[in-house]
Amino acid sequence: MRAAELITACILALFSGYIMWKAGEPPSWNPSVGRFANVGFIEDEGPGSGFWPFWLAAIMLLSCVWTIANWARRVTPHSRSQAVFLDGYGKKMLVYVGGGIIGFLIAIEVLGFYGAIPAFLVYYMRILGGHSWRLTLTIALMTPVVFFFFFDVAMRIVLPKGYLEPLFIPLYAIFL
Amino acid sequence: MDILAALMQGIFIALEPTNLGLALIGVVVGLFVGAMPGLGSVNGVAIFLPFTFVIQQTTGSATSPMIFLAAIYYGAMYGGAISSITLGIPGASTAVATTFDGRPLALKGKADKALVTAALASFIGGTVSVILFTAFAPPLASVALSFGPPEIFALMLLAFATFVGLGSDDIPKTIFSICFGLVLASVGFDQISGEPRLLFFDSTEWFSRGIRFLVLAIGIYGIGEMMWTINATRDKSSMSEVKFSLSRIKAATRQFAEAWRGTAIGSAVGFFVGILPAAGATPGSLMSYGVAKMTSKEPESFGKGNLDGVAAPEAANNSASTGAMLPMMTLGIPGSPTTAVLLAGMVIWGLQPGPLLFTQQPDFVWPLIGSFYISNVIAVIVNLAFIPIFLWMLRMPFTILAPMIFVLSLVGTYAAYQNMYEVWLMVFFGIGAFFLRMLDYPLAPAVLAIVLGPIAEPTLRQSLLFSDGSFSIFFSRPIAGPITIIALVLIALPLLKVLWNKLRAKSADEVVQGQA
Repeated sequence: MRAAELITACILALFSGYIMWKAGEPPSWNPSVGRFANVGFIEDEGPGSGFWPFWLAAIMLLSCVWTIANWARRVTPHSRSQAVFLDGYGKKMLVYVGGGIIGFLIAIEVLGFYGAIPAFLVYYMRILGGHSWRLTLTIALMTPVVFFFFFDVAMRIVLPKGYLEPLFIPLYAIFL
Repeated sequence: MDILAALMQGIFIALEPTNLGLALIGVVVGLFVGAMPGLGSVNGVAIFLPFTFVIQQTTGSATSPMIFLAAIYYGAMYGGAISSITLGIPGASTAVATTFDGRPLALKGKADKALVTAALASFIGGTVSVILFTAFAPPLASVALSFGPPEIFALMLLAFATFVGLGSDDIPKTIFSICFGLVLASVGFDQISGEPRLLFFDSTEWFSRGIRFLVLAIGIYGIGEMMWTINATRDKSSMSEVKFSLSRIKAATRQFAEAWRGTAIGSAVGFFVGILPAAGATPGSLMSYGVAKMTSKEPESFGKGNLDGVAAPEAANNSASTGAMLPMMTLGIPGSPTTAVLLAGMVIWGLQPGPLLFTQQPDFVWPLIGSFYISNVIAVIVNLAFIPIFLWMLRMPFTILAPMIFVLSLVGTYAAYQNMYEVWLMVFFGIGAFFLRMLDYPLAPAVLAIVLGPIAEPTLRQSLLFSDGSFSIFFSRPIAGPITIIALVLIALPLLKVLWNKLRAKSADEVVQGQA
């Protein structure tokens, strides 16, 4: 936990520095303006476009330095903790659940929401949760049907269908 | 007495079967739309706006469609609390603050108590604000209009200061979280100069849209917090211990008196913030939460399941939603995105919102105000009747509930913005939030900041423009000055506490040495 606290604070400090750098960027259509010209008070215009994000990122950077100082002085619980950041269960959870969600997103790009939702629910409920096929399939198949009538039909929010689009054309003809 | 007579007549018209039926349908629709993560009152009102033309044609009056939309608005304010408490995901931005204490209460097995408190606080907040609306409409609107950018920025500063000064979390991490949310809110195009900024990877296609509130909120609450909960509870169904019965709900109703402070603060603060142009129910509920915490005898119990922490934002979001109607109807300035849609509806129905509406269209105004009273009563009854169904949702094993929440989060994000980029970004934030949550970075301030960022930045810049870059403008104005000073004291409070403790320790040492 102690190492994770330091590494995270350092990454966030770098990120804050990057935002400060990025906030000072001149607009692409006017490259003659110098970097960081927009982070201060511009005569007759008031604070420039980079003013707000630049100074906020500066505060973010200072707060990261503060966290690192706390770490060095061992004043916070995490800076003293010798416990592991992610134990075996945590790592497995991150791979199975986090990976499952990423897989779900990729499946949406290919199969659309109505193909990806049953696939994700079967993966999670049957493979990770160990629920019966009956319960799994009932929920996995009912959910997209309810969503179709709620979003596509009632709300007129057409969810992406990916390669399954041709299957929905007859349904559009009936309900939309 | 004229107002009272007009109001009574308005209530009678609102009680006509058609109007009553429309209010009932509107409340039920609003309740479900509000409870769906990703859809809030603005989505509900916008989606159903086309249906109101049919209603107007059928009934021949502009009052009935307005009653319908206002009922959706009310219902959604009640509904937002349901998912905040039972799932830990705010159903709408207006219910973010309800998550802070509603969620811990649900995890302690007191979801029924939290839901009943939310419903009754919403009812009281709604009713108090309608009474205030009826009595003080024109004078209050003119007070709110006199608020300039320095006053509004000072209020925003106060909202952030409460997190730093009174939060029990690590101070540098809290400050980081606030600034991170504010930076995210500034991604896209600068509202004032129109210049692009913080377009990461130089992608104009992606980041020029900005980072929307729901993308961060659903990422944090729908993905990050869920993964953290799965890791912390080791997949044991920590939410299945909730018991519910009519007697428990009755008991929770009787215990509602415990939350009177939060309800009172929420009703008052919510209404006043609601009438500020461009503020609305979300800052109203967040600020009420802050004030309730600040004035509490046990501020440290907030965030861990304090009933006042549920009552204050819930009373406030209902109160603010009525408050936001005030400048919309009397001056034609919407106080929130939802009232902006309502305003668009009124114009389409052939009405001219503004100071003359009360004198020229009393047949529209008073039945509408009457319907506010009626819709509130309907909403609290429908909400309380549905509580067992909402609690049933908690009894599901976590391996069913978790994937359902993930599915709802992804679908809800898509439905709100209809773009896959936002869905990917939401998942990215979610996984990042999981790591930060593991290290106790408070994430609620970031959510507050991304909501208030688009108000805070322009008001700060406009104020500095007025004053030629001098920050003294926040101290020299009669309303902004005291608010800014209170905010700065709150920010300095943790430092003062450390100094005070050191001084006390030093003097104690001296006493001991003196005795020796």
